[in-house]
Amino acid sequence: MNAIRKKKNVPILSVRDLKVHFSLPGKGFFGAERQLKAVDGIDFDLYPGETLGIVGESGCGKSTLGRAILQLIPPTDGQVVWLGRDIVGAPHREMQPLRRDLQIIFQDPLASLNPRMTIGEIIAEPLVTHKSELGKDEIKARVKRMMARVGLLPQMINRYPHEFSGGQCQRIGIARAMILEPKLIICDEPVSALDVSIQAQIVNLLQELQREFDLSMIFISHDLSIVRHICHRILVLYLGNLMELADRDSIYANPKHPYTKALISAVPIPDPEIERTKERIVLTGDLPSPINPPSGCVFRTRCPFAKDVCATDVPTVDTVNDHHQVACHFHERM
Amino acid sequence: MTNHILTVENLRARFQTPDGEVEAVNDVNFHIDPGETLGVVGESGSGKTQIFLAVMGLLAKNGKATGTVRYKDKDILNIPSRQLNKIRGVTMSMIFQDPMTSLNPFLKISRQMTEVLVEHRGMSEGDALKRAINMLDRVGIPGAAQRVHMYPHEFSGGMRQRVMIAMALLCDPEVLIADEPTTALDVTVQAQILDLLRDLKKDFNTAIVMITHDLGVVAGLCDRVMVMYGGRIVETGSVRNIFYDSHHPYTEGLLKSMPRIDTASEEHMFAIPGQPPNLQNLPQGCAYQERCAYVMDRCCVSRPSLFGFDDGRASACFREDRQ
Ligand SMILES: Nc1ncnc2c1ncn2[C@@H]1O[C@H](COP(=O)(O)OP(=O)(O)O)[C@@H](O)[C@H]1O
Ligand code: SF4
Ligand code: SF4
Ligand SMILES: [Mg+2]
Repeated sequence: MNAIRKKKNVPILSVRDLKVHFSLPGKGFFGAERQLKAVDGIDFDLYPGETLGIVGESGCGKSTLGRAILQLIPPTDGQVVWLGRDIVGAPHREMQPLRRDLQIIFQDPLASLNPRMTIGEIIAEPLVTHKSELGKDEIKARVKRMMARVGLLPQMINRYPHEFSGGQCQRIGIARAMILEPKLIICDEPVSALDVSIQAQIVNLLQELQREFDLSMIFISHDLSIVRHICHRILVLYLGNLMELADRDSIYANPKHPYTKALISAVPIPDPEIERTKERIVLTGDLPSPINPPSGCVFRTRCPFAKDVCATDVPTVDTVNDHHQVACHFHERM
Repeated sequence: MTNHILTVENLRARFQTPDGEVEAVNDVNFHIDPGETLGVVGESGSGKTQIFLAVMGLLAKNGKATGTVRYKDKDILNIPSRQLNKIRGVTMSMIFQDPMTSLNPFLKISRQMTEVLVEHRGMSEGDALKRAINMLDRVGIPGAAQRVHMYPHEFSGGMRQRVMIAMALLCDPEVLIADEPTTALDVTVQAQILDLLRDLKKDFNTAIVMITHDLGVVAGLCDRVMVMYGGRIVETGSVRNIFYDSHHPYTEGLLKSMPRIDTASEEHMFAIPGQPPNLQNLPQGCAYQERCAYVMDRCCVSRPSLFGFDDGRASACFREDRQ
């Protein structure tokens, strides 16, 4: 068990059998309505001060899962237990105060900021909504303090987003998410659009903020090398299903699921000798459509180890040990 | 007599903008031999793309390139597009991060692919279609014979990328310039595309330019590397030189700030401080001075020039004691 869970063994967030299915119109006028199963029964816990990574290829349901936890997309089924209370279907009036504690940061820093607002207004907006009693001067003081904390010059408070670089826009997004001192931040590919030299700056900033404010984080990313540096635990998602969930060291040193193995082996290593001689598991083809997922194990159409049983039986999520779960019929041989 | 397939000398690219002139590419010199893979790395805005748009005669209207670009023995910089079209997309092809920059959304793939072959290879429509299907098959598109009749939007992102690569390869180019071709793709699809490029090199001796910010991709694919910063080459050398014995502080910083999947995590990631430079407003002296851990007084006064060593490597930094 990782240190964080040992210390604080009451989860701040428990997700149970969470499903998000979208209804699509049928093909042709008389076609039956079709279901797109973006998230199809996910379970996990998140502990205070912990960072959980959610990884998988694009289209596998990472962002939908993140948004469903925040109730920005209504789940079809299942529970999202926040501080002991299921918030699925909670009326707007009850969600409003919880929103303070639950924040999100997006991938495209510039596109996620309103171009007509100054960065001071953008960062202040959550305060104005949730803590209007504070008064103008106090709000401004807090905005300036937060700007300084995330590495923005407070005298830039009246500038507009387009005047900032990608890395600085991401700092603005982080300041806005942090201004209410939330308990959980969901980071949806927060550094994927940034240059390498800037990525590391933003990752370090997120880690510092996490320690300082005892934040819990969900870090959604397709970059498994960044995830290795920032996350305590990692959840591997494929076609809306959990493939593997384990502590960082466990999953990188000893991946049990063929999909995890393939993902890890596909990440290029910046060392010519290692990169040219390492063992690789190359997946063929693309992600199948979530409208018509494969029977049995959803990964079987691309799995190099698939057997007959994989087409008929859905693998259960098995516990390998205290800190490692995997959904594969043959995980014992992997 | 050299056998360089592409030679670039003193290349500069400038853009006129309402806010003044942007010096996007300065004093760039390099060459590529057949079968060689050159990696071009650097942050966005460092001039990587503009070098090769200039080479291909594709700079935006407000841009102007000067210097020399030779394809084999033929000068091709700023020649009329009628002449350039015999080379561009035929013996020298370029692929981009966004496949829709080279695909026409309103035309079926079959039409877009056969046109080039009929025009440049004098093939019949039937033979051209056969070759198009063959090429789609080669880049790993399942059901190529049916899919060749689809429109670009009917393909997934990864498949569209392959269609663009197949198009670029139709006339067996001798040089393939790939500008961040896998940046928008998943690692799994990236691995497939990189395998494809390796095969090309092996089977057809194609010279490849790989423009990327991912040093992992360079490590696996390239023979030589060119590191760009602020519109200039700051270091160049063999892949071994660059990865195991880099001389320039920026190269060193880039390598250290790459997160690695094969090492246990450190508490803090190494980060190069500050922001990439604004090309419109470069400081006097070395463009890297504000972010450099080794900055000296002279770095803020004059600019280090690219200094070559015997083994083909070169670096632009005053720390090299010979400068
Ligand atoms: N049409 C244009 N007008 C003005 N500046 C341009 C134009 N096209 C590119 N630039 C500038 O040229 C510089 C180098 O760009 P580019 O070669 O695209 O960098 P990279 O490929 O390394 O990301 C950038 O500062 C960019 O803004
Ligand atoms: S259950 Fe079968 S198809 Fe699925 S990952 Fe395991 S071996 Fe592969
Ligand atoms: S010339 Fe000076 S500032 Fe530039 S990289 Fe070298 S030491 Fe750093
Ligand atoms: Mg570019």
